[in-house]
Amino acid sequence: MISSRPAAVTAGTAARAGVEVRLEDLRRRYGPVVALDGLSLTLAPGELVALLGPSGCGKTTALRLLAGLEEADQGRVLIGGKDVTNISANRRDVGMVFQAYSLFPHMTAAENVAFGLQMRKVAATERRRRAAEMLDLVGLSGFANRFAHQLSGGQQQRVALARALAIRPKVLLLDEPLSALDAKVRGRLRDEIRRVQLEVGITTLFVTHDQEEALAIADRVGVMQSGRLEQLGPPIQVYSRPATPFVAAFVGLTNRLDGTVRDGAVEVRGTRLPLVRTDARDGPAVALVRPEAVSLAGESDTAAGPLNGTVIATAFLGATSRVTVDLGGVTVLAQLATSDAVAHPAGTRVRLVLRPDPVLIERDEPAPDHK
Amino acid sequence: MICARRRRLLVFRVVVFVLMGAFFLFPIWSMFEFSTRGTGTSRTLAAWLTIAQYPDLVAGIIASLELAAITSVAMLVLLLPTMIWVRLRLPGLSRVIEFISLLPLTIPAIVLVVGLVPVYKWLNDNLSDSILTLAFAYLVLVLPYAFRALAAGLAAIDIKTLSEVARSLGAGWPTVMWRIIVPNMPGAILNACLLSVALVLGEFTIANNLLYNNLQVEIAMLGRANAGVSIAVAVAALLFAFVLLVVLSFVGGPRSRRVQVADVWERGGTLK
Repeated sequence: MISSRPAAVTAGTAARAGVEVRLEDLRRRYGPVVALDGLSLTLAPGELVALLGPSGCGKTTALRLLAGLEEADQGRVLIGGKDVTNISANRRDVGMVFQAYSLFPHMTAAENVAFGLQMRKVAATERRRRAAEMLDLVGLSGFANRFAHQLSGGQQQRVALARALAIRPKVLLLDEPLSALDAKVRGRLRDEIRRVQLEVGITTLFVTHDQEEALAIADRVGVMQSGRLEQLGPPIQVYSRPATPFVAAFVGLTNRLDGTVRDGAVEVRGTRLPLVRTDARDGPAVALVRPEAVSLAGESDTAAGPLNGTVIATAFLGATSRVTVDLGGVTVLAQLATSDAVAHPAGTRVRLVLRPDPVLIERDEPAPDHK
Repeated sequence: MICARRRRLLVFRVVVFVLMGAFFLFPIWSMFEFSTRGTGTSRTLAAWLTIAQYPDLVAGIIASLELAAITSVAMLVLLLPTMIWVRLRLPGLSRVIEFISLLPLTIPAIVLVVGLVPVYKWLNDNLSDSILTLAFAYLVLVLPYAFRALAAGLAAIDIKTLSEVARSLGAGWPTVMWRIIVPNMPGAILNACLLSVALVLGEFTIANNLLYNNLQVEIAMLGRANAGVSIAVAVAALLFAFVLLVVLSFVGGPRSRRVQVADVWERGGTLK
């Protein structure tokens, strides 16, 4: 889409490397609500870390503390080795992109982008040049003189990105920048943000509640709950090796199947599945099984096996389909290629096959209210 | 069908406009007619031309205009930063600020005067006895109106996000206010100023009771000696406020609203 760009832009921006960002034991309370409960996180230079979690998990608070828009009750923020905990937002050298509607309405796109430079007393000609360069970087060179209300939502967010990057900040903070956009624009802009981030090489913190977004864009994903990091790791690891049941449930869909732990594996309806953590003691447990680890076989031989059930619904997702199977009291989700799913329309009897991927287990005792 | 409906709407608008216009202008026209009466049925502008020959009256006019300007500026300097600050940093105080600002509305001017007399006695002894000190009292009087106007303007923009963006880009608080927030609420600020000016130009009770001769006090005094001149000045004062109001409605409208109106007209045009 955005093809031609002066080589100077790329060369000039890629030359500067990102800096390390370190959050140390950050705590923040709002009255009785604990927003951050001792969060520690280190971003490597040039790395993009996505903080993922449900609303109220503290991810936005973490970002705002890093930006200097809120003060921590306890803990330190270090940018490039320098303690900025007590430095106000306007002196932190942090670029920020907000959810939406954050462009200054009385300024054109170019003026918006140049605002931060003006604050830094950059000369007018240089401001204009840099604003044009930044708008070019986000593919909006033809829109310099438009006002916010003359731009689409996606274009506005691109201008906001250009504005945040124009001041050459040490850190880029993205606070759910895609959540107000429609699905198609969202996917495109997500890739665009990643491209620009890699090109500029800036250390970036991306906050989102959308797991797909986090997994697609980040070098590492941090899953948060109740003000704490549940797990931090590369997307593939967070998805396929969730550290806790919360992560397993929040990232991707999960089937909860009753089983029994014996000899380092969990037995679910006659199928033995290896465990992520092999030190679990024997006894009843709930196995967390990903829908894509479940496949369907036509019911031919066994009439009443433990994994035999009836297809009750099929959700068409494009290349894949999600099939809901009733095992008699328990429903199981299976995600498979659409071409396989069409062979089993609603009402047909099927046999489930569980792929022996390592699974997490959850004991019934600590959470009796779980189904 | 859309065309017919629009025509009916247009007729309705014109009728209302004419009726209301007549309602407002008729008394002013009557005053003008009175102030230009000569002997018998003849017309004369004598009353208007002699306005400048009453130095007290001219002094009153100048004092009132100065007071209007001082009060407007003081109102903005006091209210705007306070309201923005409360909105951004102390939202818990917004009710208190609103209550305090609306309080003068509930107190009759004459009661206010009773309270102001000792204050002004002290002020005259220790600071100044200039008529311009009335600006303090007027600042209190215009609070409720100006507060409402500015609150509407502030509510229309997302000042929290805009100020946070500006701060992350390196702007200090004064810059946030004057470069980001104020330019996005020109209508509200103009509104608040107009209300202040109109109120100050029409104020009589407090000035009269504190023994200051502002425009209205002079008009009233002159009315006893020369009704024609007094009425002429009253007409001029009314027309001045009227012109301000018209200027406001054409200049101060928020850009976005005018764009919307233009959009609606355009869409209507293609519907036909």
